Formats: sequence, structure tokens, C-alpha cells
Amino acid sequence: MEVGIVSYGAYLPRYRITPQEIGRVWGTDGEQMSKNLLILSKSVPSPDEDVITISIEAARNMMRRCDVSPQDIGAIYVGSESHPYAVKPTGTVVAEAIGAGPNLTVADYEFACKAGTAAIQTCMGLVGSGMIKYGVAIGADTSQGAPGDALEFSASAGGAAYLIGSENVIARVNRTCSYTTDTPDFWRREGQCYPSHGGRFTGEPAYFKHILAAARSLFSIMGTKPADYQYAVFHQPNGKFPVRVAKQLGFTEQQIEVGLLTPFIGNTYSGAVPLGLASVLDVAEPGQRIFAVAYGSGAGSDAFDITVTDAIKDLRREKAPTVKELVERKKFLDYATYAKYRGKIRMKEGAE
Amino acid sequence: MRDVAIIGIGDTKFGELWDQSFRDLGIQAGLAAVGDANLSGEEIDALYVGNMSAGKFIEQEHIGALIADYSGLARDNIPATRVEAAGASGGLAFRQGYLAVASGMHDIVVVGGAEKMTDVGDVLSTEIQATAADQQWETAFGATFPALHALIARRHMHEFGTTREQMGMVAVKNHKHGSLNPKAQYQKEIKLDAVLKSPPVAEPLGMFDCAPISDGAAAVVLCCMDKARKYTDTPVKVLASGQASDTLALAHRESITRFDATSVAARRAFKQAGTDASGIQVAEVHDNFTISEILAVEDLGFFPKGEGGKATAEGQTALGAKIAVNTSGGLKARGDPIGATGIAQVVELVYQLRGQAGKRQVAGAERGLAHNVGGTGATAIVTILGRVN
Amino acid sequence: MTVARFWRENESRYNLIGTKCGNCGRLYFPPRSVCPVCHRKSLGKMEHFHLEGKGEVLSFSIVHDAPSQFELQKPYVIAIIMMDEGIRLTGQIIDCEPADVTIGMRVQATIRKVGEEGPSGIIHYGYKFMPLR
Repeated sequence: MEVGIVSYGAYLPRYRITPQEIGRVWGTDGEQMSKNLLILSKSVPSPDEDVITISIEAARNMMRRCDVSPQDIGAIYVGSESHPYAVKPTGTVVAEAIGAGPNLTVADYEFACKAGTAAIQTCMGLVGSGMIKYGVAIGADTSQGAPGDALEFSASAGGAAYLIGSENVIARVNRTCSYTTDTPDFWRREGQCYPSHGGRFTGEPAYFKHILAAARSLFSIMGTKPADYQYAVFHQPNGKFPVRVAKQLGFTEQQIEVGLLTPFIGNTYSGAVPLGLASVLDVAEPGQRIFAVAYGSGAGSDAFDITVTDAIKDLRREKAPTVKELVERKKFLDYATYAKYRGKIRMKEGAE
Repeated sequence: MRDVAIIGIGDTKFGELWDQSFRDLGIQAGLAAVGDANLSGEEIDALYVGNMSAGKFIEQEHIGALIADYSGLARDNIPATRVEAAGASGGLAFRQGYLAVASGMHDIVVVGGAEKMTDVGDVLSTEIQATAADQQWETAFGATFPALHALIARRHMHEFGTTREQMGMVAVKNHKHGSLNPKAQYQKEIKLDAVLKSPPVAEPLGMFDCAPISDGAAAVVLCCMDKARKYTDTPVKVLASGQASDTLALAHRESITRFDATSVAARRAFKQAGTDASGIQVAEVHDNFTISEILAVEDLGFFPKGEGGKATAEGQTALGAKIAVNTSGGLKARGDPIGATGIAQVVELVYQLRGQAGKRQVAGAERGLAHNVGGTGATAIVTILGRVN
Repeated sequence: MTVARFWRENESRYNLIGTKCGNCGRLYFPPRSVCPVCHRKSLGKMEHFHLEGKGEVLSFSIVHDAPSQFELQKPYVIAIIMMDEGIRLTGQIIDCEPADVTIGMRVQATIRKVGEEGPSGIIHYGYKFMPLR
């Protein structure tokens, strides 16, 4: 059975803030930070947005592009590390908002920045086994960095949704494989508002080791090499890591350009690879091959080998905004407004 | 139906009355009205109290029994009823009392109205006022009470060319009237510029386009006409009472630039009174926002639809004009203790028809009209009173 | 506790589900169990229907004095929208500058948080409107 992507949709909040503006407030050289991270601006959710609304927007954009009945959706998995509820699944709200269910299975996923791709893998398994006809996998986040922390320069918001099925597949997933270890590079304890991280430990033993291992493993299984792919998408906690990992694997800058969004929107965490892949699908043509590797701290990587099919010509891509359109729809905030929107200002509760 | 007269009136000063409680205010107005009617107390057959939201403002329900008790009427075990229709609670309580006497059920009825709003903060007070709108489909989505009126104002400006200046003139005129009323919350005149430059509340409405948050109470004593002369030499006759309702949510109307409840209640009242808008010399209308008075003078038939703003700006609703609107200062300057407002309107008309309105007296006033609105026009009460010669 | 009070209406808040009178065909939002025109003849005949979510601004206000729920968003735009199906509803207009909103502007429904019961309570989601893409 051919299992793959039947439709997809993306969503990005409209607000942005620059590293320069964040640096101005914390006495950090924002200009230098921008260069170091290769981040020009990051997306910021408005006060009325969260992972549930972002997931719904992405899922609705996904449904607008195809003719699949929401009643044929058998599973919804939402991957995020910023689910609005610690207990009460994001996916339940998404399901009702897109008219799916109630005869379906739903669960929320968390695996740092790769929970969205883990959701795709789960849906592939359920579709491939014949348990469900269609599954929805969403990666979305409204990630937070502690005020003044290096993470604050990158942690942003956005998400993308994927309809996984075996009919009218626009992009066939030829193979997926993962590489997972116990590596404490980044974490957030229960009840804490902001995550903690191991500084430079997040690099070599974490991001690079896992992505390289998963990618090489996929090359070996498929008997492929970088030149066999038109596009490559890597997890992108900043603008530099994905460029470096691509180079180490032998990909060119042209191959990763379309899927590299972090310089403009920051690190959307669980939304990162799903959004990068969506950006590629916005322009991809039949027969083109895509290589994608997500990374989630803690740590693990999911790698995907994808081939775009002729069916993409029938997908009504124009029915929903492209990632590029979403990236370009923006309004810059000053730090004070950003802090207000992100709930960093201690407010009084209720009216008296 | 029997003829009904107002034989006594009483009202408190309106304003931020920090040292007076809800029950203090209710009793003060009630006793004043009973005293004005020369009653000793035992003649009273029933009590009606208009109140919108004591449950939220002072966490007290069961207002009918409370006022009856502290007025010293509990021992007589009289029927005491609280009436609620948001901003029209007072007007509706008056109507219930009127119907009770007109029907022959009771001979003498006291109708009061009271609200104590300043025991909560401004933000909460505004949220409570918004419960008059549709909580589930308006308020929950961010429509505040001023915002709903701002929607009306914006559309009125769009459809009829009404201007901010014309709306501002409602406030200027009513403050001028209020300056002549010793019981008004604001007894100071204001300039148009001050209205236009007041801080925005819900654009296009600014702070001076809105009636204030007020404490206060008012009461009247109703009596069947054939016994009225026993208590007073200056009975004022209730010529008519009209009531109408409309959709709770503003959006669900065919038009948001008119209140059909107002025009229907007015039509019913005019029919009962055997007159029309031209037969009215003084009117107390529901100006909780400046745009509301413009709507009111149109929907009541004083001016054609769309010309209320222009007429106001030209002074056609001021003291001395053919129709004097809100001589008390209206909700805007006299104050708007919600449940008290509808009764205070009647009290003002009685002052006018008795010739006791002092500096704001409308010369030769024969008939007066009170117009009380609940929510954004979901309830309207129109009462017409006449001098008894 | 408003948990159930809001939950009951999720369908309409999420997906703009209204009712259509099976007797006269008139549309209503929010759902009604009786048609104000047909009265008793409509009983049992009020059918669900789904609003497409597109419409135009009939009137709007920029709200500066906001209830505590909306404190973070002020000034925000509240509007009455004339939906393409011919019915009207009240909602916020987001994702644009308040100064750019005009009567007649085309908008489309989206979903956002409309409120929450403090930091530990339930979060309410519902429709808001954004400029038509």
C-alpha cells in the first residue's frame, strides 16, 4: 500500500519581533545574536492564539485543499511542547473544529521539537495497517524562552497539519526511520514555565549526532545519496544548525533553501520541520524527491524519504495560504508589547 | 381599567454616594414618596421595586422583601415584588404597579427603583451592565455595553450622516439641564470640545458620550384616581403605558439604527393616551449614551428617522424648545443608577406637570413622556403622564 | 463554573452552526428551536446548517475600555458582520489594524481563544473574523 501525504496546511501568527529588539531590553548585542543564530525575526502568537488555535488553522487549511470528508478521519495526533492544557487533549478541540469524529482516536504528543513528525509516523502506521482511512498529524508550538535567555531570541510559534492516507497521495513517504537516545540537552520539568537547556551541549552530542545518524541510516536503507533529492528539510532551532548539518551530509544550500524558515520566523519547535516541508510542498512538482529530518531534544530524530506524485497537480493548493504568504504577513512588535502578549507581565486576575 | 394617578414622589440625589447603602437609598426615596402622598403607611396595598442586578452589585437578591422590610411594611405582610428588565427595570416596575391599580386589584401601590453600583469597581460595574446584552453571543465575544452602542452610532453616522458633534450636543444639552437640577450627579455644564476630546471608550463613543456609574433611588405612589384627591391636590394622571420587546442581541435585528421596541411601545402608548408625539411638551428619554437619545427622539416620533442628530444640534430638544428632552439632565447628567432610572424619569415628569421643576420648568407642560430602555433596545417602556386640571 | 454553559455551544462557536426553519427556509444564528416567523409550524423542523464564514462589516467599534477578559488585546475591534447567507452576528475583527477596518470590508471567520476562566480554568474557543484573504 502506498502511504503518504494526501493534503497539508500551515499556519503562522502575524506578529514578529527582532533579535535587536530583544537584545535592546536585556543588554545583549542583538545584532550579534541575529548573526550568530541567523535569525532576522521570530513569530509571536497574539494573546488569543495558542497551540489549539494554530492547530485548527493549519488543519482547516489542510482540509480546504482536498475533498476528504472529515468523517473519514480515524485519528488525530497533535505534537507540541506547549499544549494549552497539561491534561485535556488539544486534538479533541481540533477534531470538533474540523468536523471530525466522534468515531476516531485522538492523543497529544510531546517529543520536544519532533512531536509533529512522530505524529506523522503514527498516522502512517495506522493507515498502512488498515486501521484507519485517514489520519491527521499536526506539529505546532507557541514555545517560550525565559526572558533574557538565549532561547528567547529564537522560540517562536507556528504549525502545520498533514493528512495521511493511501488514496490520492500527493507525496508518497517511501520510508521513515528514527534514531533515539537518552540525551538531556533540553528539557522542561512539570509545572515550570520555561525550558532549561545544556547550552552548547545541545549541539554536537544532541542535534548533530541524532540528525546525522538518522539521515545516514535512511540513506543506507534506501541506497540513496543527497544528489537524489531536490529538497531537504532539517530541524532548524536557529538558522545555522540546519545549514551546517546539510553541508556535513553533502546537501547544497539550494536544496535546503525552500524549507529553511527559521531565519524569518524563528524556531517553531514542533512546527519546524512540518512547516519547512509544507513550504517545499507549496512549490514541489511531480516526481521531485524530498529528504526531511526532524530533531527533538531528549533526544531523537525522525527521517523521511518522500516522493511527490502526479496527484499534487489536483490538490487545490491555492485554497489556503502558502507558507511564503504566511511568512510575509507580518507586524513587528516592540518588546513591551511582546512581553504583554506572551504573558510575561504579571497581571491581576479578574475584575473587582 | 380604572384611571390611575401619581399622588407622591420621592428621589435621592444621584451620584457616588459612598456613605449610603442600597437599603438606605431605597428607603430614603420610598419614605419621601410616601410622605409626599401624605400616607401614614397602612394604606399601602403593595410594593414594586425596579432593580437590575443587586445580586451582582451587592450580592443581595430578594430585593422586594428587603425593601418592604426596611420600609417598615413587612409587619403588614404586603405583597412586595422585584421587577427586572435591565435598564428598563424601573419603567417596568412602574408599569406593573400601574396595571395593579388600573385593574382594580390594588388601590394604593408604592413603586420604587434603586441601584447601588459603586460597591464594585468600574471594570466589574461595566461587566455587570453588559449582562443586559446577550451574554453568550455578544458579551462573551468582547462586545461591551458601550461598544454595542458604538456599533449603533457608527452605523447611524454611516446611514444618515450623523456626526460626532451632533452626538456630543446631546451631552452638552443634558449637562446644561443637569446644572439646573440640584439632585443631578453632574451639575456642571460642559463644552462640546470636552465631549469630543474625552478619552475613547468604544469608538466612536468617548467617555462623555456615556452615562456615569451612579447610586440612587426614586419612588412614586400610585393611587386609583377616584381616591387620589383624598391625599393630594396635585394628582398627575397616568395617561398611558406602552411596553414592547425585541431580540436580545442587537445584531439579530433588521436594522441597528432604530429600536423597534421603542416605536412600538410609543405607538401603543400614544394610542391609549389618544395623542401623538406632537401632544408631548416634555420627555425623559433613555440617553444612556449620546447616540441613544438621538435614536429615541427619532423612534418616539419627535423627529423623522435620521434627523435626531441635526435636531439636537439645532437646539430643538433643549429647554425652551417645542419638545424639551431630558430636563432632569437625563441619564447622562442626572445619573443612571440603573433600576432607579425609569422611576426617576417619572418623578421628573411629575415635577414638571405639577409646575415644581424650578429653574428647569417647562412652561405650560400638559403632557410628559418617559422612555425607558433595557439592553440595546430589547425592552422599551413608554409612559405618558398628564396634568389633571 | 461556566464549563457546561460554554461547552453546550461549542458546535456553533467552532463551526458557525445555525438553524434553518424547515417551514419557511429562514436562517438563524445562533441556533433557535422555534422560528420567530412560523412559530408553532416550525417546531421539530429547525434543521442545522453550516455558515460558510464569509461576510462583510455592517458596523464596528474600537473598544478601549475592555472587560478583564480582553485586557491584553485592547484596543480591539468588535463588529456586526452581515454574513453572505444574510444573517448577522457579533464578533471581533483581528489580524489587522483597527484603523484599517471599514464598513463594508470583507471578512472571513477564523477561530481564536475568546476567553478563559483564569489560569487554572477552562479555555473558551470561538469564532473571530479576519480580513478576507
